[in-house]
Amino acid sequence: MQTSTLIIVLLLLSSALYYLGRQRSLTVANGEARKLHSLPSYYGYYAALWCLLPALAILAIWNGFETKVITTLVVNGLPDAVRNVGDAKLGLIVNDIRNLATGGMTSVDPDPAMIAAAKHYADLRGISHAALAVVALVIASIGGFFAWRHIATGHRARNKVESIVKGFLLSSSTLAIFTTVGIVLSVLFEAVRFFNQIPITDFLFGLQWSPQMAIRADQVGSSGAFGVIPLFVGTMLISLIAMVVAAPTGLMAAIYLSEYANRKVRAVVKPMMEILAGIPTVVYGFFAALTVAPFLRDTGGILGLDVSSESALAAGLVMGIMIIPFVSSLSDDVINAVPQAMRDGAYGLGATRSETIRNVIIPAALPGIVGGMLLAVSRAIGETMIVVMAAGLSANLTANPLEAVTTVTVQIVTLLVGDQEFDSPKTLAAFALGLSLFVTTLILNVVALHVVRKYREQYE
Amino acid sequence: MSNQESMNRVRAGLARRYAAERRFRMYGVIAILLSLAFLLMLFVSIIGNGYTAFQQTYIKLDVNFDPAMLDPTGSGDMKIINRTGDFQGVIKQALRDAFPGVTKRGDKRNLYGLVSGGAGFELRDRLHADPGLMGRTVSIWVTADAEIDMVVKGHIDREVPEDDRRVKDQTIAWIDALVAEDRLEKRFNITFFTAGDSRNPEQAGIWGAAVGSVYTLIVTLVLSFPIGVAAAIYLEEFAPTNRFTDFIEVNINNLAAVPSIVFGLLGLAVFINFFGMPRSAPMVGGLVLTLMTLPTIIIASRAALKSVPPSIREAALGIGASKMQMVFHHVLPLAMPGMLTGAIIGMAQALGETAPLLMIGMVAFIVDIPGGVFDPSTVLPVQIYLWADSPERAFVERTSAAIMVLLAFLVTMNALAVLLRKRFEKRW
Repeated sequence: MQTSTLIIVLLLLSSALYYLGRQRSLTVANGEARKLHSLPSYYGYYAALWCLLPALAILAIWNGFETKVITTLVVNGLPDAVRNVGDAKLGLIVNDIRNLATGGMTSVDPDPAMIAAAKHYADLRGISHAALAVVALVIASIGGFFAWRHIATGHRARNKVESIVKGFLLSSSTLAIFTTVGIVLSVLFEAVRFFNQIPITDFLFGLQWSPQMAIRADQVGSSGAFGVIPLFVGTMLISLIAMVVAAPTGLMAAIYLSEYANRKVRAVVKPMMEILAGIPTVVYGFFAALTVAPFLRDTGGILGLDVSSESALAAGLVMGIMIIPFVSSLSDDVINAVPQAMRDGAYGLGATRSETIRNVIIPAALPGIVGGMLLAVSRAIGETMIVVMAAGLSANLTANPLEAVTTVTVQIVTLLVGDQEFDSPKTLAAFALGLSLFVTTLILNVVALHVVRKYREQYE
Repeated sequence: MSNQESMNRVRAGLARRYAAERRFRMYGVIAILLSLAFLLMLFVSIIGNGYTAFQQTYIKLDVNFDPAMLDPTGSGDMKIINRTGDFQGVIKQALRDAFPGVTKRGDKRNLYGLVSGGAGFELRDRLHADPGLMGRTVSIWVTADAEIDMVVKGHIDREVPEDDRRVKDQTIAWIDALVAEDRLEKRFNITFFTAGDSRNPEQAGIWGAAVGSVYTLIVTLVLSFPIGVAAAIYLEEFAPTNRFTDFIEVNINNLAAVPSIVFGLLGLAVFINFFGMPRSAPMVGGLVLTLMTLPTIIIASRAALKSVPPSIREAALGIGASKMQMVFHHVLPLAMPGMLTGAIIGMAQALGETAPLLMIGMVAFIVDIPGGVFDPSTVLPVQIYLWADSPERAFVERTSAAIMVLLAFLVTMNALAVLLRKRFEKRW
């Protein structure tokens, strides 16, 4: 039986038990629902949950281990000659067997041993599926039956159902913790494997980044260099250009919108800003590569400057455009949080609007604005698609915005897109870069969120 | 200092101060105009490059469905014809008939380049739909090659010297001859909306990527909406104020600001390498995007729950509802519109997301339309990224057109969210 069919059958069974449970609760109360501890439907839910949840748990565990167990069994059944060829080759053979069993293509012409193994594999899968179906249905029926038997007038069904629901609510909210832990563990684990091959000091302080590893040992340039400094300098350069564009523009736009603009202007401009914020980054990347970069190169050519066609300036400029609405909406929030009384006080002393803004509102809102800027920087550092499409691939250690530089995110993408061995330092380097990216943005975020929260509390 | 004197001093500075005021105000206007100008430039650039992709050049050929070429064994069986019939040869024959003057080998090869490499399949489909065509000569419109399409649309400049031009004078003369005979025409480009990816621009379409996007979004919505709402309910209605709750909140706020590519690394390490799920599958993409959009949905849902006034809760508790009943029967329905708005905005974010999907292999070249959540597939933004990397001029306009389609979806979703908010927003 297919897993999806099995789930549908289980759902049908549990809805049947809902009605049975509801019915039974009314029967034991002789039709008088007020004698019951809970509403009749709660007895229904109680029976249905007891039918569904244990069976689903079995299903999840079974599916998690099925492939591993079957593969081990099949591999043990292979002739010794086939089995002792080394891990990498064995993996390929197992893949072929799997493909044979599901009717797919294989990399080599199958020999009889493999065909037999594929048949064995398919048989085991069939047995496993059938067994799973039987076990799940039996457990569902037993669970449902005992819950149904349990129903009595004094049975506190509502409390039990509610605590199950509450458990679901609680576990949903802890998913955020698991995600963070998952990110940290997965990135850290691979990064540690990387640092076992490349010393961490070479990574953090190296000035050379060329992750090409040789395939043969005697090849020229066979030792890859994994110095992260050029990547960080490139990232910082592009982020700096982006912030030079976004910070004044976003901040002034927010000031104008919240302090000067009348309602009509706001009603038009704010949605426009939201559109700018909602455009996917891949579109910005295409815009940068197709329009902005050639434009800058041609303009530079006229002025006699040598502008690279993948210049940091183009990527940074477009990234700045992307961040403008982000800066402006965060600044808008903090400016609006400044109490009106402070403005009125300044106006009462005869200050003009701009004097009020410069001398009263901005100093008062400064912590919030700084926090918002830090969040914007963290976004610029982590932004991927614009730089992948518009910035360069070669790591130059330069501060010249007209040259091509590369960034941390670009390198992660180029190292991981495409097929390669998973345990080569080249692939693992991507995780080390991911770790440094995560740590950098984490620090920025924590500081920024702390500053913003502190500031908000000040006026609440 | 007398009153008069101080008034004079204020007046003396007034002009300067007003000028400063005007300057400051102008900076604000400039900032706004600058942002709007960027937006306008972006749209003009995309639309200007892309609108031509909605049309495609077709060439009318008098095709002879020659049984000797299509069905050499004389079986009459469509299955055998589909497999062995030389449809491309029939097209070539038709081209030779249309230009009898072309005799040299190299010229002939150029001549065959007028029509798309996939024109044979178009003929096959025609024959499939109407087997009676066999043995007859019919006028059929077939897709022109992308290069020809570019010349017709004016993207390849005829004034450029021949050596610097991808399409040579000879071919342009043929095109002009076809135009003179009314045998060349631009029509609505259906292929773009119905085909999967292809290396040939004239055969490439966004349907495969669009279906992949839909599957990915369905997985994302089914997982992230219930979990997000449940988490919001717990944090807003049930959670005690203690360290653990604080820790959850810090985590959620922080996850909202983690770069999306890091989620891709998580997906690669956990879902693909650890759990052994298939690469390039919408299922894995959906899982990664779920983790990514959860903070957005949780934050929006909490705001929606907060906006329900406490009097509703007290009234429900007052007439004997349990806390769970109060939440699910009274508070949740009132907060639902706000939650749905948040979910739609989260989905719009997920639809435009590219970077994490590159990490889990949804960047592969996939021609087939995916049929389920475990089939290899790609999504619209990744398709845009892939096409943007292709050097052909014809892919530039298709990339822009795909962006227009993606933006249309996003605008629709956001408009829906705004509408929902306007329609159901309640001021208590």
